[in-house]
Amino acid sequence: MSIGLHNSEFKNPVVRWVDQRLPVFTMMQKEYGTFPTPKNFNYFWNFGALAMVTLMIMIATGIFLSMHYVANTSLAFDSVERIMRDVNAGWLIRYVHMNGASMFFIVVYIHIFRGMYYGSYKAPRELLWILGVVIFLLMMATAFMGYVLPWGQMSFWGATVITNLFSAFPVVGEFIVQLLWGGLSVDNPTLNRFFSLHYLLPFVIFGVVFLHVAALHITGSNNPLGIEPKGPQDTLPFHPYYTAKDSVGLVVYFIVFAVLVFFAPNYLGHPDNYIPANPLVTPPHIVPEWYFLPYYAILRAVPDKLGGVLLMFGSILIWFVLPWLDRSPVRSMRFRPLARPFFLLWAVNFLVLLWVGGKPAEGHYVLIARIATAYYFAYFLVILPLLARLERPLPLPESISRPVLGGGPLPAGAAAKPMEKA
Amino acid sequence: MLRNSFKALALAISLFAAAPAHAAGEAIAIPDAKFSFDRMFGTYDRASAQRGFQVYKEVCSACHSMRLVSYRNLRELGLTEAQVEAIAAQFQIVDGPNDEGQMFERPGRPSDRFRRPFANEAAAAAANNGKAPPDLSVMTKARAGGANYLLALLTGYEDPPPGFVLADGAHYNKYFPGYAIAMGAPLNPDQVEFADGTSATVEQMARDVSTFLQWAAEPELEQRRALGVKIIIFLTILAGLTYAVKRKVWADVEH
Repeated sequence: MSIGLHNSEFKNPVVRWVDQRLPVFTMMQKEYGTFPTPKNFNYFWNFGALAMVTLMIMIATGIFLSMHYVANTSLAFDSVERIMRDVNAGWLIRYVHMNGASMFFIVVYIHIFRGMYYGSYKAPRELLWILGVVIFLLMMATAFMGYVLPWGQMSFWGATVITNLFSAFPVVGEFIVQLLWGGLSVDNPTLNRFFSLHYLLPFVIFGVVFLHVAALHITGSNNPLGIEPKGPQDTLPFHPYYTAKDSVGLVVYFIVFAVLVFFAPNYLGHPDNYIPANPLVTPPHIVPEWYFLPYYAILRAVPDKLGGVLLMFGSILIWFVLPWLDRSPVRSMRFRPLARPFFLLWAVNFLVLLWVGGKPAEGHYVLIARIATAYYFAYFLVILPLLARLERPLPLPESISRPVLGGGPLPAGAAAKPMEKA
Repeated sequence: MLRNSFKALALAISLFAAAPAHAAGEAIAIPDAKFSFDRMFGTYDRASAQRGFQVYKEVCSACHSMRLVSYRNLRELGLTEAQVEAIAAQFQIVDGPNDEGQMFERPGRPSDRFRRPFANEAAAAAANNGKAPPDLSVMTKARAGGANYLLALLTGYEDPPPGFVLADGAHYNKYFPGYAIAMGAPLNPDQVEFADGTSATVEQMARDVSTFLQWAAEPELEQRRALGVKIIIFLTILAGLTYAVKRKVWADVEH
């Protein structure tokens, strides 16, 4: 790169003056204006944008909540209720933040489902995928600590159960737990550090999201066919085509969000969290927030504490190596007749884990949780590696515009012909 | 494309359906009392909530605090400023310290929180067999079943079935988890005298006080639903517009 003013194409003198010295306008134009995007996205490709918007909503509402929230065990519960009663529009801000966490997880789960179904984790997008898993882990930590802040019964006992898991690790376990607690039990120091970290982590997420998007703009987006665009006839500029399409998804998303906030704000919560935390009274059933239930089910499916903790963390850490567990060169499940049903079963299995995680760990629920846990891991460790060798994928279309214009994939022989369009 | 959207929707719905994970040991069916506020666009029955406040004031407040609610909040139930001032003034509130460093008592003001029956949690526990009666400010949000559960509980006292061993000082209630509740049946017929002539049956008082407690727990409910209707109408129109724009933008693309 040469030193000197950037060669700006903008005509407006003020924009041009800035752009020559700091080409932010050129960058925005390149990354969100003319950015070549496959023309065949379906509405599943809305969910990345939805997650981004949700993150911004959570940060905005969270900043206002923190102006009124008091991170002290004797005041936290009442300060949240004060927000609900006496702060202008406080009930709205708090319910948006509280339900926003659930909406965030719904959106991100669908986003991850889309990535798995269409093989978006495969080369050259491995690092993009890994950054996504990092974001998800940060989200889980942030959500967990946020749920502790109202200092209700589930806040307190959820925090106690989850932080205690770390004590299962040999040698360092005890040290980690005391570091999390800031003492010898979940108490005021715990609440204070959780509040501090709950404020910090969303900005870390924002940073990793920036890297996630930066990596996306190097490789370009995957698409429902899972084949790379062969030329300009396969892509459209991001604006106005996908800004328009994302807007439709965003408004529909807001409608769902609004129904939850205005008509069922406590539907996804637990009534026990409206009882102030009491270290002397244990609730009959301690359950985490709904979005953690699949991992909670895996934890409880294992009779051994350390084993359960390792499997629980492993259930997400395994996503990091997914690009290397699935060696099939075909990305989209549309062209993988065997992998497709196995993956859809995995998705249903995930919902089964979510359901069974909310049930008491007794009777046939334990058996269901164990079978579902076994399939969860078998899909990654056995089925995907085997299918890469055994499966005969369907013939891929020649290009993105080809099936759109000509209809239907080409016969098997034709797909093997060298591509001439590129 | 449409098929995929349906898939996304189905996934979202199944996530919701699986969500209420309130694992209960043994679920006791709670009858639906058909409260006015339980309907999707329902509001509070002001007359019932005012009677409910009277029941709370004359019966429940002997043991149960409502530390998050102020006398001024009663304006939202339709009481006038003068009525609220008169109600607040009935209570002696501990204030201070004054210039001499002494705590003192003064008549309540609308800005005061409801006076607590006990000076502190330990005093409340000492006077009630070792366990403090819970605060009622957010009670309907803190129990599965909400106001329906409270109404059922307040009217659910009966003699224990043969063979049921009741601990000393406990009372049998068919809606209480475990059936043995420390609180004795709090309501008796004609325990309060309603100014509007409503007959003070146990069922009536229980319904009124449940309505009052639901209002105390969710005072924003009516405002929230009214705003929600406007916002959803606005978003629905906006969805139509954005979809029309999207169709127009994509009109020249074969896809």
